[in-house]
Amino acid sequence: MAAFISVLFDGIAYGSLLFVISVGMSVTLGLMRFVNLAHGAFAMFGGYVAYELVNRAGLSLFVALPVLLVGFAAVGAVLERVLYRWVSRTRPLDQVLLTIGVAFIATAIATWIWGPDQHSIALPAALKRQLHVFGLDLNVYRLFLIAMIVAITAVLHVLIERTRFGAQLRAAVDHPEAAAGLGIPVDRVFGLSFALGSGLAAVGGALGVEVLGLDPSFTFKYMVYFLLVVVVGGQGSIVGSAIAAISLGVFDVVGKYYVPGAGAFLIYALMVILLLVFPHGLIRRGR
Amino acid sequence: MSHPAFLRAAVTAVALVGAVSCGKKAGDDGKGGGTLKLGVILSLSGPFADVAKQIQGGIKTYMKQHGDTVAGRKVEVLYRDSTGMAGEVSKRLAQELVVTEKVDFLTGFGLTPEALAAAPIATEGKTPMVIMNAATAIITSKSPYIVRFSLTLPQVSAPLGDWAAKNGIKKIATLVSDYGPGHDAEAAFIKAFTAGGGEIIDSVRSPPQNPEFAAFAQRIKDAHPDAVFVFVPAGQQSVAVMKSFQERGIAEAGIKLLCTGDLLDDHQLATIGDAALGAISTHHYSVAHDSPENKAFLDAYRDANGAEAGLPNFMSVAAYDAMEGIYRVVQKLGSGKIDADKAMEIFKGMSFTSPRGPIMIDPETRDIVQTVYLRKVEKANGELRNVEQQAFPNMKTPAPAPGGEPPRPPGGEAKGSAEPPKEPAKGSAEPAKGSGK
Repeated sequence: MAAFISVLFDGIAYGSLLFVISVGMSVTLGLMRFVNLAHGAFAMFGGYVAYELVNRAGLSLFVALPVLLVGFAAVGAVLERVLYRWVSRTRPLDQVLLTIGVAFIATAIATWIWGPDQHSIALPAALKRQLHVFGLDLNVYRLFLIAMIVAITAVLHVLIERTRFGAQLRAAVDHPEAAAGLGIPVDRVFGLSFALGSGLAAVGGALGVEVLGLDPSFTFKYMVYFLLVVVVGGQGSIVGSAIAAISLGVFDVVGKYYVPGAGAFLIYALMVILLLVFPHGLIRRGR
Repeated sequence: MSHPAFLRAAVTAVALVGAVSCGKKAGDDGKGGGTLKLGVILSLSGPFADVAKQIQGGIKTYMKQHGDTVAGRKVEVLYRDSTGMAGEVSKRLAQELVVTEKVDFLTGFGLTPEALAAAPIATEGKTPMVIMNAATAIITSKSPYIVRFSLTLPQVSAPLGDWAAKNGIKKIATLVSDYGPGHDAEAAFIKAFTAGGGEIIDSVRSPPQNPEFAAFAQRIKDAHPDAVFVFVPAGQQSVAVMKSFQERGIAEAGIKLLCTGDLLDDHQLATIGDAALGAISTHHYSVAHDSPENKAFLDAYRDANGAEAGLPNFMSVAAYDAMEGIYRVVQKLGSGKIDADKAMEIFKGMSFTSPRGPIMIDPETRDIVQTVYLRKVEKANGELRNVEQQAFPNMKTPAPAPGGEPPRPPGGEAKGSAEPPKEPAKGSAEPAKGSGK
C-alpha cells in the first residue's frame, strides 16, 4: 500500500510536470486555436535562459521564474506582431508549416549557442529536500510541481472564465469579426494571449529541465506530450488539460512500476481510449 | 504534347552523362594516389549531435597532432549528416560517398543503425569501413571490410558481472535501455553474473526515449537487491537515471550502483554531479587514466578543440585511435589506390598503445581487443573522475548469451590487482571465435 501511494504521488507529480510544460500550448492551441508547434522551442529557450540566470548569474530559480514569465511574454508579443500574425487567421496547415519551421530554426540556434550537450539547472536547496510524512518519502520539488499545477490552473481558470479579458478572448476566438464590431480590440487580445502562452511555456521549460533534461532536441522530443495533454484535455479548457495531464502522468508511472514491459505504451493506449470516449476532449467548452 | 516530353528526356540524358563523367573525374582524383578521402558519417544534427561532436573532436585532435598529410597524400575529410538513428539516410550517404566521391575509407558511425545500414555498401563497394563508436556486438560480422576501434557492450558488461559475483554481491536487479546495445549489455552481464553464482531478481527495460525514471527507480528500491546494473546511452538518459536514483535514495537504501561507463561518461560527469560519487562502472577509457599517451591526448584535445569543448570521452578516443589505424594503413600501402583487401590485412592484428591503454584488432573478428577497467567515481582536486581500480586486460567480446555452451567467466580474474597477465585471457579468447556468425 505504501508503495502504491508513493507511486501515485510520483504519477501526480509527473502529470503536473506534463501540465506545466504544456499549459502554454493549452492557451495558444487550446484557447486561441493557433497551432503553435514551436511551443517546445519557447520552453527550451526558457530552460536555457534559466540556465544562464541560475547557473551563470547566480540567481535563485524562484527569482528566475517571474523574470522568465515577463521576458518571454515580451518576446512572444513581439513575435506575434512580426511573424505569427501573418498566419493566425489562415488555415491550420499554414500555421503548422510556419511554426515547425520556427522549431527547426530554434533547434539550430540552440545547438549553435549552447552546443549539443545536456544542461542542468541548479535547484534551490529548499526544493532538493525530502520530506518524510506518514512513512512516505516526498520530494519537495515534486510537491512544488503539484502546487504549481493547482496555482496555474486556478489563476488561468479565473482569468478566462471570470474576467472581462477572458470574455473578450473567448468572443474574439469564436467570432473575430463580430467581436471587433462590438469594439473588442481583437488584435490586442490575441497579442496578449499569445504573450501569456509564451511566458508560461518558458516557465514550464525551466521547471521541466530537472526531470526532462535540456538539449537542442527538446522541442521535438516532447512535442507529442504537449499535443497529448491539449488534445485529451479538450480545446479551450485549462481544467481539462490539468485533468488530462494528471491522468496521463499517473497511468504512465503506475504502468512503468507494475508492468514495466508495457509501461511505455500505456500512455498512448489511454489516449486512444479517452479520445474514443471523449472525441472533443475531457471538457468541451460550451459555445 | 510530345515536345516537352522529348525535351525532358533529352535534359535528363545530358544530366546523367554529366553526372557520370563528373563522378569519374572525382574518382580519378581520389584514387590516383593524390588526395586521401575519408567519408565520415555522423549524426551531426538531431538528438545524437553530441556523439558526433565528440567524434569530430577526436578526428580534429588527431589531425592537428599528426598533420593532414600521410604518405605524401593530403587527407580530405568529408562529413555527412545521418540525422540520427536513420539507417536509410546513412545507407544513402554511404552510397554517395563510395560511388560519387570515391572515398578511400568510410568511417564515423556513432550509432548502431548507421553502421548496420552502411555495411552492405562497404562490401559491394570494397571500401574499408572503420567504426568509431557504434557498439552492438554483431556489427563487424556484417561485412568483411568492417573494423572497429571503439568497444562492444558485452565486452565491458561481462567483466562487471564477473566482478560483482566475486565481490559478495548476491542479488541484482538490472535496468537497461530497450534497444540493441541495451539487450547486449543485459545479456552479457546476466550471463557472467549468474555463472559466478549470482541471482537476478528483476530485469527491467526502459523505453529508449524515456524521459522519467522515478517509477523504475522506485521499483528497484522496493525489490531490495544488493546492487543494480544499469545501461542507458550517455546523454539525457544517463543524467535522468542518476537524478532519479539520487532522489529515491538508492544509495541510502544500501543498493550499489553498477553500470557501464556510458552512464558516467567523463564529458557529462560534471552535469551529473555528486550523485555519481561511489558508483562502480566498467569501461575502456577514463580521462583519469594515468599514462603519458593519455596526457598527450588530453593536451592535444584541448589544443585542437578549445577549453570550452570540455572533456573528451570514450567516443573521442575511439575516433582518435581509428584515425591512427587509418594513417598506419595508408603509410603501409603508400601512394597507390587503397585496396580494401590489403587494407583489411593490415588492420587485422594491428596493435598500438592508445590513450586508453594497449589495444589490438582481433585478426578473426576485426573487432577491438582491449583492457577493460573497473572504475569508481571519486573526487580528485574538486573534480569528479572515474578512477581506475582494477584492470581486465585483453578483453574480447564474449560469445552471445543464448548459446548452448556453459557460460565462462571473462578474462582478468585478478582480484584487486591491476597487474595485467602477459597472455590474452584464455577464458575470453575461446568463445569469441563463435561470435562471428
